[in-house]
Amino acid sequence: MILRPFVAFGLFSIALVSIAVFAGGCRRSSDPNAVKILNVSYDPTRELYEEFNRVFAEHWARQSGQTLDVRMSHGGSGKQARSVIDGLEADVVTLALAYDVDAIRRKAGLMPKDWQSRLPNNSAPYTSTIVFLVRKGNPRGIKDWNDLVKPDVSVITPNPKTSGGARWNYLAAWGYMLKRELGDLSKLHDPKSADAVAKANEKAKEFVKEIFQHVKVLDTGARGSTMTFVQRGIGDVLLAWENEAFLSIHELGPDKFEIVVPSISILAEPSVAVVDKVAERHGTRAVAEAYLKHLYSSEGQTLAAKHYYRPRNAEGVPEEYMKRFPKVKLFTVREVFGGWEKAQAEHFNDGGVFDQIYKP
Amino acid sequence: MKHTENIRCRAAAATTESRWVRWLLIGVSLTFLGLFLAMPLAAVFAQALSRGWAMYVRSLGDSDALSAIRLTLLVALIAVPVNTVFGVAAAWAIAKFQFFGKSVLITLIDLPYSVSPVISGMVLVLLFGRQGWLGPWLEARGIHVVFAVSGIVLATLFVTFPFVARELIPLMQAQGTEEEEAARLLGASGWQTFRRVTLPNIKWGLLYGVILCNARAMGEFGAVSVVSGHIRGETNTMPLHVEVLYNEYNTTAAFAVASLLALLALVTLVLKSVLQWKTGEQLTPEEQGYTGD
Amino acid sequence: MTLKQHSILPGFGLTMGFTLFYLSLIVLIPLAGLLLKSATISWDQFYAAVTDPQVVASYKITFGASLVAASVNAVFGLAVAWVLVRYSFPGKNIVDAMVDLPFAMPTAVSGIALTAIYAPNGWIGRWLDPLGIEVAYTQLGIMVALTFIGLPFVVRTLQPALEDMDVEIEEAAASLGATRLQTFVRVIFPAIMPALLTGFALAFARALGEYGSVVFISGNLPMKTQIVPLLIMTKLEQYNYAEAAAIAVVALGASFAVLLFINIVQWWSRRYAA
Repeated sequence: MILRPFVAFGLFSIALVSIAVFAGGCRRSSDPNAVKILNVSYDPTRELYEEFNRVFAEHWARQSGQTLDVRMSHGGSGKQARSVIDGLEADVVTLALAYDVDAIRRKAGLMPKDWQSRLPNNSAPYTSTIVFLVRKGNPRGIKDWNDLVKPDVSVITPNPKTSGGARWNYLAAWGYMLKRELGDLSKLHDPKSADAVAKANEKAKEFVKEIFQHVKVLDTGARGSTMTFVQRGIGDVLLAWENEAFLSIHELGPDKFEIVVPSISILAEPSVAVVDKVAERHGTRAVAEAYLKHLYSSEGQTLAAKHYYRPRNAEGVPEEYMKRFPKVKLFTVREVFGGWEKAQAEHFNDGGVFDQIYKP
Repeated sequence: MKHTENIRCRAAAATTESRWVRWLLIGVSLTFLGLFLAMPLAAVFAQALSRGWAMYVRSLGDSDALSAIRLTLLVALIAVPVNTVFGVAAAWAIAKFQFFGKSVLITLIDLPYSVSPVISGMVLVLLFGRQGWLGPWLEARGIHVVFAVSGIVLATLFVTFPFVARELIPLMQAQGTEEEEAARLLGASGWQTFRRVTLPNIKWGLLYGVILCNARAMGEFGAVSVVSGHIRGETNTMPLHVEVLYNEYNTTAAFAVASLLALLALVTLVLKSVLQWKTGEQLTPEEQGYTGD
Repeated sequence: MTLKQHSILPGFGLTMGFTLFYLSLIVLIPLAGLLLKSATISWDQFYAAVTDPQVVASYKITFGASLVAASVNAVFGLAVAWVLVRYSFPGKNIVDAMVDLPFAMPTAVSGIALTAIYAPNGWIGRWLDPLGIEVAYTQLGIMVALTFIGLPFVVRTLQPALEDMDVEIEEAAASLGATRLQTFVRVIFPAIMPALLTGFALAFARALGEYGSVVFISGNLPMKTQIVPLLIMTKLEQYNYAEAAAIAVVALGASFAVLLFINIVQWWSRRYAA
């Protein structure tokens, strides 16, 4: 009968799929002296971690005798957090903002509530800020945030819903307007000027809305936006991470772009954390913790500075790196927006201010 | 082939267009195809080779690129045979028998064609993710489906699901059941009938389906992107690796890997044309028998 | 399945069983999971999610761009199919083979390549830019990408239909005094109509779900150039699975309807022809 071969074939194919599904899912490490960790990071850190991983692997080999293999995954910060929540086996996460790391704790419970106090400086070993990247000679004369809404200026930024960097962009613009309206950001916490604050917030909303009306392309991640601006030649100004802006100039030549530093910007604190539950299951907690701690060492800080992240501790970092960072007035999310939890709920969640901007 | 020749032979002046209409149509078609098909293809190769052959070869020899190529091959090696078996079984059931609800069944088989790849990736995350229905149970047993090779295989199985079946169903329907019935009456077993009568009739169509299925399996982006986790050198398939390289200011390398995929597309097309030519040759006698009615 | 007519061919139960089993395993169960997920929110929430202005705008963009792309393909695809079937010219075989390129080319590669060509500094974009025509990152760009991926569907469904046309009918029409144009409009066109419709619908259905090539060339702006699959992706990335599933269910329903339409057209035209 026709049955037999078909049954055999059918069973064979089902077996093949199951083997693939189950074997592929199991983690095996044959060499007891080899250890592997997965660092799930956001878009612009590729170059930094490529070098840091090499340096740390040497350091770890000296310290413990183990050969370390750090694997990387990059993407938009929100998307990466989502992947970890859904089961991506990250031993450590190094994301664009504390909110995304916290989402992993809230949604999947993979780390304790106090994760942010386990490492110095709010668990952010390096900082950055938001600057403007413009075409050589700054043909549109963009100097500060209010120049973004001049007629005919087209702005490139990623989508704040999916990109961490874009959320910093958005909040930086908002903060600029508050500062301009209030003169002094400390008024935000003064109950007597509540009316003025409410008015300033209205103004800021209008301002941010206007900026987004000048946005031509809304990529899902910071790197996508950079590519749109530098490779495709779209837009007059890119709102970018400082490190991303420096990197584009470094990669594509200083004859094409220049950086404009606005009068005031936001202190961006990209957060790092060990994903406890995963690291414990893999037995990699020690190496994962050492990995993140090493970011705070002078070697780690130097590498961060080399890749255009502002180090927390300039001691031991060569002057040639430090002098690249322009002085700029920075405010924090906590002082202006009352922390990420609040900023996220108010501005970026579904139905929040950002969605209202795009309401017809 | 023969048909077109017949047409041409018998075409009187009345049944063909004037010369300028003919050339206008050819011109319009070729311009359209050139703009939409040839140009993107040329762009891929031009960009890939923009920094010379040495760079091109180096980009492909990179260890991450190699592991992406390996993973892509592995996925195709699993997905294509499995879907081929399914395609043959489905085509046999649908083409050789009459039953109620056939249109709906064919539509269901077609569905993965037009389901957005993003949705197909998403359903896997919903099922097998850490927050999904089966995920926690599997995770407790140390089995990972999404963000691992298995998830990529499942996503690929889903998107390449209809290819072989869709190729075979019309072919087997057109061939009817007379030959198989005759073989049965002459005492052949079911398996013999399939192997000696049906298979030779459908082999080129089958191969065509397999080739298309393979091309899609190797080239799938959206669905795989949702379930891959983008771990360098581990869960990046070739199309994902193209995106990664593209995002690393490494346009040349990105287009180099892309050119491999484009090359695969070209090989697919060549194989396909050869097959069509063979099928044409092989089918003509039968076709003449069938077109009578 | 009960209406199966008697046949001496074996294997119906087995192949049908396997087909249904595998179909359920790979396609139906996962899609049922999607429905279940979207059912975890109340009907009101579901309705609110799928009628949100941003979502509605993305339906319009996706459907509109798919419709335009499928129409462009119907017109030019007909020309291409006609030229390939009726005329001979040097390089015809190569051109014929090329038509399948969008089938074989990975969507991400097509997306990057199309963007590279149509960006203001690209091969074609640099000629269009001074004219004020922007392709990349606009709705036009989405249409270009969707036209690219839909082309083979129209050409490949039309080719056999054109080849099967009986020349005698055309000759008869001509001998009765019809001009060539009249013959085409009155005789040829009605005969290939079902195939054209099928090809159009296939291209349309394929375009509805397309993601890989579009994300690269689209500006992804809410209300302007955000397609449905991208919106689903955005919702996903905000951990908003239920709403993502709700929107996906609507998109899925649309795809299913289009495909069912195609299969009914084919069934109807077969019956009509017989």
